[in-house]
Amino acid sequence: MLTYIVRRILSTIPVMAIVAFVVFALLYVVPGDPAAIIAGDQATPEDIIRIRASLGLDRPFLVRFGEWVWQLLHGDLGTSIFTNLPVTDLIHQRVEPTLSLMAITLVLSVVVAVPLGVVAAWKAGTFIDRAVMAFAVLGFSVPVFVVGYGLAYVFALRWEWLPVQGYVPLADGVWRWFRHLILPSLALGCVYIALIARITRAAMLEVLAQDYIRTARAKGLGQRPILFVHALKNAAVPIVTTIGIGIALLIGGAVVTESVFAIPGLGRLTVDAILRRDYPLIQGIVLMFSFVYVLVNLLIDVTYTLLDPRIRY
Amino acid sequence: MGGAACSGQAAFVTAAPTLPDILPPIKIRRGVTGFLRRHPTIAIGAAIILVMILMALLAPWLGTVDPTAIATYRRTRPPSQAWWFGTDMLGRDIYSRVVFGARISLLVGFSVALAASAVGLAIGLVAGFVRWLDGVVMRIMDGMMSIPPILLAIALMALTRASVGNVIIAISLAEFPRVSRLVRGVVLTLREQPYVDAAVAAGTRTPMIILRHILPNTVAPMTVQATYICASAMIIEAILSFIGAGTPPIIPSWGNIMADGRALWQVKPFIVFFPAVFLSVTVLAVNLLGDGLRDALDPRLAKGL
Repeated sequence: MLTYIVRRILSTIPVMAIVAFVVFALLYVVPGDPAAIIAGDQATPEDIIRIRASLGLDRPFLVRFGEWVWQLLHGDLGTSIFTNLPVTDLIHQRVEPTLSLMAITLVLSVVVAVPLGVVAAWKAGTFIDRAVMAFAVLGFSVPVFVVGYGLAYVFALRWEWLPVQGYVPLADGVWRWFRHLILPSLALGCVYIALIARITRAAMLEVLAQDYIRTARAKGLGQRPILFVHALKNAAVPIVTTIGIGIALLIGGAVVTESVFAIPGLGRLTVDAILRRDYPLIQGIVLMFSFVYVLVNLLIDVTYTLLDPRIRY
Repeated sequence: MGGAACSGQAAFVTAAPTLPDILPPIKIRRGVTGFLRRHPTIAIGAAIILVMILMALLAPWLGTVDPTAIATYRRTRPPSQAWWFGTDMLGRDIYSRVVFGARISLLVGFSVALAASAVGLAIGLVAGFVRWLDGVVMRIMDGMMSIPPILLAIALMALTRASVGNVIIAISLAEFPRVSRLVRGVVLTLREQPYVDAAVAAGTRTPMIILRHILPNTVAPMTVQATYICASAMIIEAILSFIGAGTPPIIPSWGNIMADGRALWQVKPFIVFFPAVFLSVTVLAVNLLGDGLRDALDPRLAKGL
């Protein structure tokens, strides 16, 4: 068991190395002169030279890559061109709102989607099943910010149940913090809920067709023990895998949701960085998010052995 | 038995075998309406997409005016007889912008689907056939898939001038690893099949094996995947335009129009509303088409997702 965990952790190192390489190489792969584009239209040649030096484009690729990786290993994600502050500090300032948003979205989505999927599988072929699948397709299709604006318009502007925009830190009161995050979480979670519900339904359908479920029903077990004790546990592996993979959707969607609801988190930081073409900041954020994503999926892989004792590598 | 083997050998020696018909044409022609009736999702999805394509192509003749014509005296008028969807902050007619915007969104969607499929196919075939490249290439694909696609597209757009071409390239780069993984999977499964083994034993060269055995089997899953990529690309393009990293503001696209209407959405929601509806309906249609194709082409896949 321990060797499995260690081996799994070791196998993520090449993946992270490749992620770092790809993110770094983007600067060199792009046609044209990135320094000129970052400097903008009104830049003087001195500006362009200065930016090129700060990005390290005047030195050989491998030398620069080596330096960059060395900095990374020391926890230095680079320096923002625009504000001259270390990227790590900027990220640190904005991490709490994004973390809150993603945590609440994750919990909300799983709590809503998994029962929906289970019910859809149990009543396969009926109206409920078709309704859930229709909702799932809609959830995939409507973009995050459209859902966000729609929800905000109905629930915040028209009916005034919830605040329209803004973020309240956790330290200022749990209920206020939560109220401001309900609508953004719903908006961000729509796609996620659709995805998880579909996978849950598919996995449950496969499990419910198994012989041991038929035995359980013949034994006289009630609906709830069959569904939740026997079926769901066996369907858990693909569901949990998808929850892990879907976090990429959350990360990507957070960028937009924070813009719509004026939440001062990492997503907003990214948007500001793009508008100012602050590439080191963008690079740092992309790298950080990718690493977090790889780590989360690693954690999920490790929990497989808890969910399914048959999995022993 | 001996006779059949002899005639088989004779066939190989005397004439080049013809490529088998993959889809008998007559059956398809007669069965189209029956097919559509059995698979309503394909019918609905395809119909809506066709309407959008027609709208995009016939844009100048659908009662539109110049979508970039600025007229500040008629800023943010609500929808009316003269301006069907209203006007935006610069006085531009939103209906015209939405109709012309369909061109960009559809162009980006289809181009990305095509480009990502082509590149993914090539890489997947290479990874599947060249064994010593397989591990390396798949690790790189895994690495690229670990970066959330929107962030990768954002990073690329931050380094290049805003243009439709760059948006297409950026989104394709984010989406092709999925296709290559799919194609590689098909190649690996097929390499184990007896008939492919037989073809190799008979001396068929690799390009012919790819053409005759591998490619027909990749068509179904790749088509389904391509529709999903198209839908994803349209949404990513809208998001990029929305945050200001996408197509240049001169060219109207649904994301652009919504970005312009952002500041006023609380008092003039119609600016954001109309492009939002069109985008959602189009993406919904593409998703429906993808689901329908998946169910029709391979029912086994339907149980999977």
